[in-house]
Amino acid sequence: MEERRITVTVNGQDQTVDIEPRLLLAHLLREGLALTGTHIGCDTTNCGACTVLVDGRPVKSCTMLAVQADGHEVTTVEGLGTSSELNPIQEGFKEEHGLQCGFCTSGMMLSAAALLKENPNPSEEDVRWALSGNLCRCTGYQNIVKSVLWAAEKMRASV
Amino acid sequence: MAPLDEIKIGGLGSSRKRVEDDRFIVGRGNYTDDIKLPGMLHMEILRSPVAHARIKSIDTSKAQAIPGVRLVLTGEMMAQRNLAWMPTLSYDTQAVLATDKVRFQGQEVACVVADDPYIAKDGCEAIVVEYETLPAIVSPVQALAEGAPLIRDDKEGQNDNVIFRWEVGDKERTDRAFASADKVSTLELHYPRSHPSPIECCGSIADYNSATSKLTVYMTTQAPHIIRAAVALVAELPEHMIRIVAPDIGGGFGNKVPVYPGYVASILCSILLGKPVKWIEDKTGNLISTGFARDMYLRSEMALSNAGKILGVRIHADSDHGAFFSDAQPSKFKIGLLHSAFGCYDFPAGHITAQGTYTNKAPGGVAYRCSFRVTEAMFFQERMVQAAAADLGMDQAEFRRKNLVRDDQFPYRTPFGFLLDSGQYEKCLDIGLEAIGYKEFKAQQAEALARGRRLGIGISTMTEPLGAGNSREYDILGIKMFDSAELRVHPTGKAILRTGAKSQGQGHETTWAQIVSHELGIPAADILVEEGDTDTAPFGMGTYASRSTPVAGAAVAMVSRKIRAKARKLAAHLLEVSEEDIEWELGRFYVRGAQDRGVSIQECAMAAYANMPDGMEPGLENNAYYDPPNLTWPFACYIAKVEVDPETGVWDVLKMVAVDDCGVRINPMIVEGQIMGGLTEAYAMSNMQFQTYDADGNCVGANYMDYLLPTSWETPGFELHEVVTPCPHHPIGAKGVGECAAVGGPAAFVNAVMNALEDTGVRNIDMPLLPDRVWEAIKYQRDVSGAPPVRTD
Repeated sequence: MEERRITVTVNGQDQTVDIEPRLLLAHLLREGLALTGTHIGCDTTNCGACTVLVDGRPVKSCTMLAVQADGHEVTTVEGLGTSSELNPIQEGFKEEHGLQCGFCTSGMMLSAAALLKENPNPSEEDVRWALSGNLCRCTGYQNIVKSVLWAAEKMRASV
Repeated sequence: MAPLDEIKIGGLGSSRKRVEDDRFIVGRGNYTDDIKLPGMLHMEILRSPVAHARIKSIDTSKAQAIPGVRLVLTGEMMAQRNLAWMPTLSYDTQAVLATDKVRFQGQEVACVVADDPYIAKDGCEAIVVEYETLPAIVSPVQALAEGAPLIRDDKEGQNDNVIFRWEVGDKERTDRAFASADKVSTLELHYPRSHPSPIECCGSIADYNSATSKLTVYMTTQAPHIIRAAVALVAELPEHMIRIVAPDIGGGFGNKVPVYPGYVASILCSILLGKPVKWIEDKTGNLISTGFARDMYLRSEMALSNAGKILGVRIHADSDHGAFFSDAQPSKFKIGLLHSAFGCYDFPAGHITAQGTYTNKAPGGVAYRCSFRVTEAMFFQERMVQAAAADLGMDQAEFRRKNLVRDDQFPYRTPFGFLLDSGQYEKCLDIGLEAIGYKEFKAQQAEALARGRRLGIGISTMTEPLGAGNSREYDILGIKMFDSAELRVHPTGKAILRTGAKSQGQGHETTWAQIVSHELGIPAADILVEEGDTDTAPFGMGTYASRSTPVAGAAVAMVSRKIRAKARKLAAHLLEVSEEDIEWELGRFYVRGAQDRGVSIQECAMAAYANMPDGMEPGLENNAYYDPPNLTWPFACYIAKVEVDPETGVWDVLKMVAVDDCGVRINPMIVEGQIMGGLTEAYAMSNMQFQTYDADGNCVGANYMDYLLPTSWETPGFELHEVVTPCPHHPIGAKGVGECAAVGGPAAFVNAVMNALEDTGVRNIDMPLLPDRVWEAIKYQRDVSGAPPVRTD
């Protein structure tokens, strides 16, 4: 199949790659760029495990073609924070036991990041609504919600 | 010297933050699909689009002609190697790739291996299979009907669709109880088919090295050693040349216990091609072909006295196993632990009969977040108890209180032979009733009904057997259900612990270290926990059935005690006193009568390598294999308060209270996480999550648009309470907990809705209580069945 050249800014770095037009963004990130923190769960845009930010907005990368990301900015969990410099959302998930198997966590955190950027002081209801496109089978969500509220508070305190 | 603070060092009872989170929160987990090996190829599976059909022909020529396709594997090729069929964990056979017939929609028909997964999918699309369709059977009623097509015509001597008939209990005694009863209450229901559906699907990377003859398989398995034994037995490969590695697992819930055709096919493809072969299942493949759960039709009679005592119980269960009897259950009982039903109630006699049937549905019954069939048992028990209380005109809480096993009756032998170890059942019930506001509820309910609003409270109290097993009654492929731990304390007092269990989110890397810390006083942060690699971990039976803490966790405590026993000898040597004069406190030995004269466990560790007494074997390492004397018996009381909208049939949870007694809690934060996760699965079961089939055997619920799982938006909040009755036979007094809420929770939600509908005379609505079912029940004042439709044309 004929390849297309695209340039995507991933976690702040320009990446120019030659890809098949049918390649999914999730596969470009995982296979092409070795960013395996983005997981693939359902293939149908339901579970949100593959959620990344495209130009700051949460997008399910398993149903977006990589060519559609040409010229756009993508943020994955690897761009959210690092072990030595954690994002408060990452800290919050550990503090409030917001994860168990960890498979949905990257997507959850990125959806939360998009929410907190728009609304730094969300209610529990706001958080539940913002995360309703991300499925978790382990936690029952209660601690995920607490994790995001923990992060919101920390982010507000540091402003 | 101040004694060590056990909570500060991360010992028992510490809500220590999880070690595993450090990698997951930065996207550095290592799940099966994250592993990439040099030269790795990709395998995809072609599945049957129909439920029951004879295969007339398979043409793979077009697929083979696609550039990048390396191999097309069919059932015929498997058969040439005697691998078209494999044995199941329930002593049946299962097709790896279909040869003669397909027997369920989604059955594996062929595999394509290619340079990348896209090309492998193209290859699958290009295979032409000609089917001659046969009538599909989607329920036990159809399977047992006269003239029903024979599903398993491959099996010699199989002349009908019955897999087994089984019974337990004392029939005569039960008959006498019923003959003397004041009242007999009855209930019939269907526990719908469900799928555990972890977000991560199944997958494997088989890497056969033809130079060393070693096979390494990275795979999504909850039980790596069982897989190694199975591969050794089935594929006749030498066991020491097989290495199974279970990396991080994105949720299991029982789905990742069985051996699936995809694993086997990827292994054969790797052997044939001499290259690593990766197979990653897609969601539809996972939902329509791998281990489902439940799908049981239950009917029961309960003999009652006018005073409200249960005198006897009869149950009959018809279970639908799909096309192959591949239940992943380790007990000696054909219908698992169904006879744990009514375990928390004190009654004299019971009798259970069960019948399993083949249907044209996916095989692979698994214990979805439960010990096998316990979920059905407890759901049915609590629905029956509520119906009986209503029939007697008794309050549902009082009826339970009157019949629960009392604290002074432990150990209590149930009529079905189980031995309950301990509990404080009434206390749990009281805490739950107080928390939900039970006293005030009846008035609230009546007042609301007068204004056209329907409120209901549902209670579920239950004890369940967790922690298979003991070696007398539980085995897999003949291997007994013990578990193991190996502890190596290094010279500087840091340690590595390995067990035969395998975490899939339960947090073993955090909690196992806490047990060692409790036993030895080594800070939990100084203990590395590793699981899942059969080349390094001691032989164990894996993680499911809430068995990790009851069995592997016990082994961790026991191996720590062995280490402490040797450290005591080292301490005596260092302190120059005899061993009898040595006392232990957390983390330290000292001379009796002279508490200042002591040595730390770390000093003992160094001495084991640098300063051992003459004649002592160097080193501070050991292992322990633990065969539990009994199952553990946690108790739980779940109470839901709901409001049902009679206009739409929609119901909302106003409050959900959980009281769990799982004995001693190793890490309270993690225990609570497990309970909330279980409650969510319970809510899912009762509200939306199920798989059904249409009359042609098409699976309804084959993707997340049809198979509904609750999101953060629907899922209610939970209020948790605890009671601690230590398990008398577990080294640290712990009981299993991971599954309690998923097992006991569904009945609380359903009972609450039924309670809200009590005045309508409706006795049962099958789960899930979808709005249209609830609406139908209210509108027509009739029961609503969830059984699949039967073809009438």
